[in-house]
Amino acid sequence: MPVIGAPLAKIDSWDKVIGAAKYADDMSLPRMLHARILRSTMPHARIVSIDTRGAEELPGVVAVITGRDVPIEYGILPSSQDEQALCVDKVRFVGDAVAAVAALDAETAERALQLIHVEYEPLTPIVTMNEALDETRDAIHTGAHADHHNIHKMVALEFGDLDAGFAEADYILEDTYFYQGNTHLALENHAALASFSPDGHLTLWSSTQTPHYVHRALAKTLELPASRIRVVAAAIGGGFGGKTDPFSHEIVACKLAMLTGRPVKITLTRQEVFYCHRGRHPVLMWVKMGVRQDGEPTALHFRTLLDGGAYGSYGVASTYYTGALQTVTYKIPAYKFEGMRVFTNKPPCGPKRGHGTPQPRFALEIHLDKIARHLGLDPAAYRKQFIVEDKTKTVNHLTITTCGLSECIDRVVEASGFGGEKREARSEIHESKIENQKSKIKNGLGLACGSYLSGAGLPIYWNQMPHSGVIVKVDRGGGVAVFCGSTDIGQGSTSLLAYIAAEEFGIDVRDVRVITADTDLTPVDLGSYSSRVTVMTGNACISAIRPLKQKILDAAAEKLLVPAESLSFRDGEIICEDDDARRLKWTEAIALAEAKHGTLSGTGSYKPPKRAGPYKGSGVGISPSYSYAACVAQVSVDIETGQVRVEKIWLAHDGGRALNPILVEGQVEGSVYMGVGEALMEEMTYRGGLHKAPSLLDYKSLTMRDMPPVETFLVETNDPEGPFGAKEAGQGPLLPVPPAIANAIYDAIGVRIDETPITPDKILKALEEQEKGRAARFGPKNFPAVKYPEPIRVEPPEDAPRLERKKG
Amino acid sequence: MLRLPPFEYHAPRSIEQAVNLGAEHGTAAMFVAGGTDLYPNMKRRQFTPQVLIGLNGVEELRGISNGDGITIRAGTTLHQVSNSPLLQTQYPALATAAKLVSTPQLRAMGTLGGNLCLDTRCNYYNQEFSWRQALGFCMKKDGEICMVAPGSSRCWAVSSTDCAPVVVALEGRVRLVSARGERVIAASDLYRDDGIEYLGKARDEIVTEILLPPADGTKSVYLKLRRRDSFDFPILGVAAALRLASNGEIESARIVLGGVGSRPLECVDSARLLIGQKLSHKVIGAAAEAAWRPARPLDNTDSTHSYRKKMARVYVARALGALSEQ
Repeated sequence: MPVIGAPLAKIDSWDKVIGAAKYADDMSLPRMLHARILRSTMPHARIVSIDTRGAEELPGVVAVITGRDVPIEYGILPSSQDEQALCVDKVRFVGDAVAAVAALDAETAERALQLIHVEYEPLTPIVTMNEALDETRDAIHTGAHADHHNIHKMVALEFGDLDAGFAEADYILEDTYFYQGNTHLALENHAALASFSPDGHLTLWSSTQTPHYVHRALAKTLELPASRIRVVAAAIGGGFGGKTDPFSHEIVACKLAMLTGRPVKITLTRQEVFYCHRGRHPVLMWVKMGVRQDGEPTALHFRTLLDGGAYGSYGVASTYYTGALQTVTYKIPAYKFEGMRVFTNKPPCGPKRGHGTPQPRFALEIHLDKIARHLGLDPAAYRKQFIVEDKTKTVNHLTITTCGLSECIDRVVEASGFGGEKREARSEIHESKIENQKSKIKNGLGLACGSYLSGAGLPIYWNQMPHSGVIVKVDRGGGVAVFCGSTDIGQGSTSLLAYIAAEEFGIDVRDVRVITADTDLTPVDLGSYSSRVTVMTGNACISAIRPLKQKILDAAAEKLLVPAESLSFRDGEIICEDDDARRLKWTEAIALAEAKHGTLSGTGSYKPPKRAGPYKGSGVGISPSYSYAACVAQVSVDIETGQVRVEKIWLAHDGGRALNPILVEGQVEGSVYMGVGEALMEEMTYRGGLHKAPSLLDYKSLTMRDMPPVETFLVETNDPEGPFGAKEAGQGPLLPVPPAIANAIYDAIGVRIDETPITPDKILKALEEQEKGRAARFGPKNFPAVKYPEPIRVEPPEDAPRLERKKG
Repeated sequence: MLRLPPFEYHAPRSIEQAVNLGAEHGTAAMFVAGGTDLYPNMKRRQFTPQVLIGLNGVEELRGISNGDGITIRAGTTLHQVSNSPLLQTQYPALATAAKLVSTPQLRAMGTLGGNLCLDTRCNYYNQEFSWRQALGFCMKKDGEICMVAPGSSRCWAVSSTDCAPVVVALEGRVRLVSARGERVIAASDLYRDDGIEYLGKARDEIVTEILLPPADGTKSVYLKLRRRDSFDFPILGVAAALRLASNGEIESARIVLGGVGSRPLECVDSARLLIGQKLSHKVIGAAAEAAWRPARPLDNTDSTHSYRKKMARVYVARALGALSEQ
């Protein structure tokens, strides 16, 4: 029975269904204390003094700490060590952590917070990006944490001859776009439980996607040897990038456990999760694209301005990502990218599903739709002419191994009936009756594409070690244990290791046990981010298993008196392909192998191919492979209310070979859910520096009733870099969804909404403009005069798309 | 991980026991029925009553009966109201409004009486304590000024009940009972145009019954504007009720808006334009225009206030359009 490619249940599904899975908040230890964190009520202020006496005197309070107890700076990126577990001198957003209390119960800890008196000296908050660019205002960070004043990071790169590219163009389109910030909204609030033994061993159970990076941050901030710290990722109720930073509450729980000698648990409230954020950056974008008469791109100039919030987080990488992947879908012979991230006094932005790429993809795919309409071309056929080819490089030195985008477009076009000629009929007004309301409705279809990396090519901190390690141990009873540092955040990465082991050894998936995400027990895997886990842990797992298989085959061959090469693992047996009477049970074979070779175990590791281009910044965007996706959205727009209903989504995804099609489809549907929400309603909004809607009721994301039906198509290229040909599926399918919806709205009502979320009032405003005969558009009108640095000019690689000189 | 503050809980079995407990504990006590509004507010510390008097065990507060008009006892759940065949045929607007409240889980707990007494809402107010502390507190709880209209001497929190505009449009009445006695008032008089003192009932009074007049051919409809198809409170509700003469002329008309002020807003001018008319396209347009003008939503709910105001016209027109087809 083949396991790879079979639609199997996840190995942890029973635990989830019956409620046996232990999330960090489910855990409890004897003598455990409960901690709460006091958070800043000021968006920007100096801390003058903190008086904790009132809290310390409250019966039931065991310990109170402030920034002085944990002053060492940390941050996920080595270049952005700008956070403190509890602020020492300054607070930078409403919600920044200031002090913490451990008490016998959470209520007492909460009450104690009210007894801590913090004296602030308020500073003018910097709330908008324009305010951040104003150098007369206070700097949020001082010293080396920013490139310049409130500009965290500046990037400028130019590949190929941009001027020549625009000179070759027959049509040049410039426009500005805005993609609003939004948050992950994982159902599980972050929680952490720390325990410190009298002999100096610290253990932290946490809802984290990156135990290895948390491990490093704890060693640094707590000044403990990493060898005495154990970090375990508990069951995780969704991550989406929101649990990939080391967090204040993790360090605080550990510090309090060390001070009190008692276990300490912190579970954040939903409001605190909104404050931790690290979600999608709001990005303002300016796009200039040149094309020939047939639409062939000759040059692309892309500017981004990211609102980073109060801290660095992954922001340097996010900034590069807003420019890196524009080139991996269509052939672009000349490309200039200028990016800038600024600090503001709001919760820090970071990586959310698609990390830095849904924003530029939104702009680019709408931009292409505008160009296609202008040139009178069918948006699908148009795109297909210029898709990148297998085994080539892009102008910015990214390596394309396989690209199934053309087939993805075919699949969604065929299924949806997308095509320019039917537009007139679709966009006729018709009446529709929903819940008593007779609405005036227009329908539209929109297409967009996207691509995402299958794992970052470089680790977060510079090193030459593997990105993923796996240990496999075979027990005499026939059971196989797989140990890997990877964290399953619901995507099924743990199950995947079991499938691979079962496939390789020809045994039942239930005979494989997988132990993950425990820095004491499992070899390092860098974590669940950048869509890296299937490709990297999968390859590491195969490399651990294959030599072990050879040992078993050697022993079996001796017994069966046949060459080892003639044997294979199948259905719990080792069978000679030439003479199937010669066979051994799996358990017999491993007993022979253990007798011959000793304890049966193997280690494997994986490091992505070295592919960085010859320029600073080339580390962001490189990957073993890229996934591709095409999406058609069908919308209905009520022209009197501006309300949009996404009626249906067709989405084709090239994630390489689907190791389990159900899990890949699940990732596609989850991505669609998130993409539709970002397109229509999700939004981090602030009044002053205060989050307007930090709750599941007021922060709008789709309910089950707002979710459209999704038809998923898996386009299975067989990628040479992937385990069994697999690429990524966790993030890429989100990318085409928001622009497909925006393009569908244009198809329906002829107005462009060039920013998210596309709300009813924006649609009505654009319709009013249309009625007045003005540009039928809602979106940012201009891009601020930002001083980007001189670009680094980079010669494109040999096999990148070349600009053909046809003019002059 | 927000938790309820500690309180003492009483579970009376009769209205009499309930109101006596109310009299006994005075201002320390609050009544709670389904708890779907009060408990979340208590978790966020909008209310910290020392005593709660739970009405869920009072059997005489449950049920719908038909006689000279329809009597709905206040403890009837929103689920029961929305599924009542009697209401669905006689007063479909009320069944619809109840069906559109929040989620199935909350409708299974929430009651009609509770929905009518729903605390007014404002996104400067319905927040956790620490959030309001960061803001500086508003006058509805712990503060001095109204955050949405800082120059105003009153609170502008928004009446966000789906059922109130309907009950007012249907000319319903409510029975109020306290240890001091009982009285019946027009549903319209249950509300005051003030975000804090939004109810025209005393603190010790319980709404025990909602009394609807005989339907007698009344047509009614309720439309709700909200961002999502579930969970959300109305950011505009339109209840319309009409009675037509045999020649199709309108004899009586009531249009009531929810979600745009601190109390259900009766569109008297709009309704007056309908009397003696037939429901033509033109008449509907004129009535919608008149309904739109007095609506003054402020920027304290989801969506923009200018959009909510614009939608008042569209939704009133659609509500009347729906009635013309009933």
